[in-house]
Amino acid sequence: MKVSKSYRIFQIINTIIMIIIVAATLYPFLFLVAQSFSSEKAIYNGEVTIFPVGFNIETYKSIIKQGDFLLYYRNTILYAVLGTIISLFSTAILAYPLSKDKLRLNKVITPFVIFTMYFGGGLIPNYVLVNSLGMRNTIWAFLIPGAISTYYVLLMKSFFASLPQELEEAASIDGLGTFGIFIKIVFPLSKPIMATMVLFYAAGLWSNWFTPFIYFDSKDKWPVALYLRQIIYGATSTNEISAGLDQAQSIAASVKSASMVLMALPIICIYPFIQKYFVQGMMIGSVKG
Amino acid sequence: MGKKEKSMEKQKRKEEVILMKSAKVPLLKHIRREWKLYAFLIIPIAYYIIFKYLPMAGNIIAFRKYRAGGPIFGIEWSGLKYFRQFIRDRAFWNAFTNTLIINFSYLLVRFPATLAFALLLNEIKNVRWKKFVQTVSYLPHFIAVVIVCGMVKELLSTSGPINAIIKAFGGEPISFIQLPEWFVTIFVGSSVWQALGWGTILYLAAMAGINTELYDAAKVDGANRFKQVWHVTIPGILPTITTILILDIGSIVGSGGVFERIIMLYNPMTYSTGDVISTYVYRMGVGTGNYSYATAVGLFEGIIGLILVNAANMTSRKVTKSSLW
Repeated sequence: MKVSKSYRIFQIINTIIMIIIVAATLYPFLFLVAQSFSSEKAIYNGEVTIFPVGFNIETYKSIIKQGDFLLYYRNTILYAVLGTIISLFSTAILAYPLSKDKLRLNKVITPFVIFTMYFGGGLIPNYVLVNSLGMRNTIWAFLIPGAISTYYVLLMKSFFASLPQELEEAASIDGLGTFGIFIKIVFPLSKPIMATMVLFYAAGLWSNWFTPFIYFDSKDKWPVALYLRQIIYGATSTNEISAGLDQAQSIAASVKSASMVLMALPIICIYPFIQKYFVQGMMIGSVKG
Repeated sequence: MGKKEKSMEKQKRKEEVILMKSAKVPLLKHIRREWKLYAFLIIPIAYYIIFKYLPMAGNIIAFRKYRAGGPIFGIEWSGLKYFRQFIRDRAFWNAFTNTLIINFSYLLVRFPATLAFALLLNEIKNVRWKKFVQTVSYLPHFIAVVIVCGMVKELLSTSGPINAIIKAFGGEPISFIQLPEWFVTIFVGSSVWQALGWGTILYLAAMAGINTELYDAAKVDGANRFKQVWHVTIPGILPTITTILILDIGSIVGSGGVFERIIMLYNPMTYSTGDVISTYVYRMGVGTGNYSYATAVGLFEGIIGLILVNAANMTSRKVTKSSLW
């Protein structure tokens, strides 16, 4: 194929732009890792840019030795696993019937569900509700109120709708019940969307510090995200200042960086493996939706 | 009447007949026949009623006095008292203006940047390089906002690399985080860093769906690559562009999406440019316990948002004939 000269020049410029975008995306990560392995003195003097200066692993050792961090980490894993199971299950059992055109009540149920994307209760009514349901200071306050994301329901619904109906019909002729079809036929066919949902929900739970922050009174329930938030930002609201939580200034930059690296690590490790699924899942969901 | 219209008419009549046939089964009988599938919905619908619609109704405390620990719908009517209160409040108008400025600046940068990035990605011929760029650029979307804001603070600290560059050029170090005039830039920069790659997914999906014959036809007509982008790619993704723009415009008064980032990037020194409605609601409600007042502000924001999405949607339906509903 003949390619014009101007297009070839464009390709070169395009490659340069892409290299800049890739570098700009990765640099903050490299910088954090470098700081986490550097000595506090080098950080303070502004010597750390890309590579660690005064390389040491003392920061990581001290974080792990100080038991709190491990407790918060364990909490986070528990919340992410349990929350993802709850969310995935509830999203699927809503999306599956919604994907069936033959269900006439869907004409009412679909708008009922979608409307919540455009208008909602807002922070305070939600807060008041959760407190009055007696969920405060329990993990349910964290995992249940946000369990279903309507946007993800729509993504999953379009994925289910794109599955060949013949398989389900055949299975039903073979005597499989509705629930059996859902578990044995639909679930295995939906790997891309399930993997996508797992990543989305898990990443959301993993990074959520705000919900635990407003509902958990005791520190031993904290997830890592909330701990990080406290050491990085210190006090930003009046009630925290009065609670004497302004400790951000006293915490070393290397400790902050190392804590951030430790928190981001699992997502960064899992991400490349799930990546191919979520692109597929997103595309099918969005094209049809 | 043309032939095409006639056949369409026929098709329509056929659909109507099918619809009527299915409508012949009474609703109760239909539900009884499909009860197993409907049973799936019991838990999710209960969830939506309790955790989405009940809080929606809970907005009533904007018009009622609420006592902490009391009934969730408040104890007595207070009329528009809380609305009158916040409309007279300078801090509210500051948050309101900031919300508009921050959202608008973000949209102004993100929208063209994402579209341009998607178009450029689509022109990459080397499949593996393209995959690599995509993989890297999606990654920030999955990084917790708490980490992103932490990175921002470290990168912009007086001993960080940005200030190192400034010092290398002989400038004075700037304490970015403390300066109100830098807030919007920092917010937009860190948000775009996180959202750029992810934002291209919908465009790329739409581009993948364009019929390749259109490109061939354009080539036959002598269109070069740039003209093909202009005459085939862009029209092909126009509905996607419209949809995204509608949602973006609809969310210009909403500040729920920017809440987490703002609450971690701002501080009392930058309230003048950084405080938005959602952070204001949070400080007033959860922070100082003015529940009804904060709900009134939140409700105000929610209703304006709803009106805006509707207006944007109607405009789009008239102008481009594609809309969300």
